[in-house]
Amino acid sequence: MSIWKKHEVFEKHSLVLVIGILVVVAIGGLVEIAPLFYLKSTIEKVEGMRPYTPLELAGRNVYIREGCYLCHSQMVRPMRDELERYGHFSLAAESMYDHPFQWGSKRTGPDLARVGGKYSDEWHRDHLVNPRSVVPASIMPGYPFLLEAKLETRGIEDHLTANAMVGVPYSEDMIASARADMLAQANPDGDDVDAFLERYPDAIVRDFDGNSRDVTEMDALVAYLQMLGTLVDFSIYDNKANLR
Amino acid sequence: MAQTKAKYLTLEEGFFAAFLIVIAFVCLIIAGKTYDQVMAFHTALGSLFAAGGAFIIFKNYFNDGGMAIPQEVDGKPNYNLGPIKFGAWAAVFWGIAGFTVGLIIALQLAYPVLNFDLPWTSFGRLRPLHTSAVIFAFGGNVLLATSFYVVQRTSRARMPGRIAPWFVILGYNAFIVIAGTGYLLGATQSKEYAEPEWYADLWLTIVWVAYLLVFLGTLWKRKEPHIYVANWFYLAFIITIAMLHIVNNLTVPVSIYGTKSYIVWAGVQDAMVQWWYGHNAVGFFLTAGFLAIMYYFVPKRAERPVYSYRLSIVHFWALIFLYIWAGPHHLHYTALPQWASTLGATFSIILWMPSWGGMINGLMTLSGAWDKLRTDPVLRMMVVSIAFYGMSTFEGPLMSLRSVNSLSHYTDWTIGHVHSGALGWVGYISFGALYCLIPWLWNKKQVYSLKLVNWHFWISTIGIVLYICAMWVSGIMQGLMWRAYDQLGFLEYSFIETVEAMHPFYVIRALGGALFVAGALIMAYNLWMTVRHGEAEEAETAGAGAMAPAE
Repeated sequence: MSIWKKHEVFEKHSLVLVIGILVVVAIGGLVEIAPLFYLKSTIEKVEGMRPYTPLELAGRNVYIREGCYLCHSQMVRPMRDELERYGHFSLAAESMYDHPFQWGSKRTGPDLARVGGKYSDEWHRDHLVNPRSVVPASIMPGYPFLLEAKLETRGIEDHLTANAMVGVPYSEDMIASARADMLAQANPDGDDVDAFLERYPDAIVRDFDGNSRDVTEMDALVAYLQMLGTLVDFSIYDNKANLR
Repeated sequence: MAQTKAKYLTLEEGFFAAFLIVIAFVCLIIAGKTYDQVMAFHTALGSLFAAGGAFIIFKNYFNDGGMAIPQEVDGKPNYNLGPIKFGAWAAVFWGIAGFTVGLIIALQLAYPVLNFDLPWTSFGRLRPLHTSAVIFAFGGNVLLATSFYVVQRTSRARMPGRIAPWFVILGYNAFIVIAGTGYLLGATQSKEYAEPEWYADLWLTIVWVAYLLVFLGTLWKRKEPHIYVANWFYLAFIITIAMLHIVNNLTVPVSIYGTKSYIVWAGVQDAMVQWWYGHNAVGFFLTAGFLAIMYYFVPKRAERPVYSYRLSIVHFWALIFLYIWAGPHHLHYTALPQWASTLGATFSIILWMPSWGGMINGLMTLSGAWDKLRTDPVLRMMVVSIAFYGMSTFEGPLMSLRSVNSLSHYTDWTIGHVHSGALGWVGYISFGALYCLIPWLWNKKQVYSLKLVNWHFWISTIGIVLYICAMWVSGIMQGLMWRAYDQLGFLEYSFIETVEAMHPFYVIRALGGALFVAGALIMAYNLWMTVRHGEAEEAETAGAGAMAPAE
């Protein structure tokens, strides 16, 4: 019996065909995805990595909501021009708390993986409100409404809880104080700053949007941008341990 | 045959009515309790849709009341064409909407003032609207409509169920509306081509299971011993999309009263899962599904059998096995281990073979009928689509090579590549299928005007050429500018200088897009006139649909 004749079993029995398809399409994904959960280079912990503060997390959600990832990557590749333009290449560990990842696939604008600390808060604010006020040839949309939008603080505890459920190490203390922490980070003169910094050492506390009355979405987004790529100290990072 | 009005709803009607009523109430409760405005809007919409669906089920029951639908009329299968007609027109509508949004965002990149600095009109929110509208709304409706048509014809059987096929097509379009309005209002998971949030994903899962059951149910009723080759591809598309959709959308909602959710995968694992999904959305949604269209509509239109039956077997299994591996080539030089992206690239190269095998199988189906290309613009459209398929499946493996990818990645070259596949292959094979399907569904001899089909063909072909060439030049140029060094060893260009250099090509691209939209508008007019004024088919000869495997 020829092999073509044998193939009839798939052509005459729909469920056999269904099972055949399932088996055949499952293999590739299993081989490529499963190892990533135990290989050292993809799960190693690197000093300095911490979960996002509630304000940064909210800023990240604004970043996602506005679709920033469609034009900005967050993945510096290990090539000479990228290292010089953006900084140290990105490590897997640097997105270990990212649900979802924001590596992006297109650079209509520059990579943002290490944008933190490169520009002042004022620059970011002006740039987000009207990009062409600071970069005349920019083709980025303006986001003036972020200055006006008061940040939604209700339910931020639930956001941390959901992240904890998927593996981000938020402590119960962090979850319980999430709302206070969120406001404290944008209010350097407030009373909650010390408690906040105890939970998130080395986090930046500033009035990011230059408006001390309200905590706005601009506060959150700038807080997020200013911490991007700053957590790992590459002067003490051993790059030989992470060759890829 | 004396048919009496049934006393009760059928089991199917009762099940769907109860299900929709439950959905309507759950949505209403969520709408009442949430402070998330997007969720309130979507649940209100969902409640309205579900209640409307339940109402229609009861209304039909009271009107024509449970009359059994004959499976055969005059010894011929009584095909269920209603949902197909709806799907075909939904495809035309969403196609024009999606192409137009694409044109708008193309213009935004050339003239940023068109973002209007409003949340709902900015590029970041419109871009997912464009991709989802063309892939899932236009492409999805084409796939639903053609698959329902092809599976019935090639099985010589009516689709099972009275409500189920309508539930699939209407439920799918409800998903589109929820997803699309969600993007505009800022509800997104940010996973490319899987942006809809958790509740929309759940709904799609339900619709998709119903789709699989309707499709399989038709196969189970078939009067032909063999399952026709197009149906293998449809089945692979339905099953694999279900697998990809579920794994890539495993999220933990923050609350059932809110739109936001967090995906269970993190960082590098999430990236791998996402591009495993993303590349196979291309492989199974935009390739396997549309290859099924090729395997039915091309032989049908050319009135020739499929070129090689054995080649289609090899083509089928090789394609679905290899495609799944190709995803990580999207992640060259990232934090994903090199072995994984290299493996992805290796399989992408191997994939070239079944892709071209399929192309050859499609093209050679015209053996002995090549002269029709001169007289039949619809067939010409489909043949050119196969040629575009061959071109983009050659370009894809090329771009998956590490060295080429280091230049092409993150640039417009990728955008150009995607559009040669999307506009050329998916667009043209869909247009060809619609030009065949609409006259068949409304029992017309031919489309209203072949001359207009010709116009559509040439206008949009010029549009595609402008689009692709502009993106090749801008993409390669930008990639080279990023890595250019001056004599002193410094980077030669600042980033913004590379952006400025893109402007003329963005204008040309928008012009190409405008031509493509114009072509689609001509098609819509032509199809509308076909339904309204087309010359009626005398007897039911169009069909005879049984396509024997070319043994």
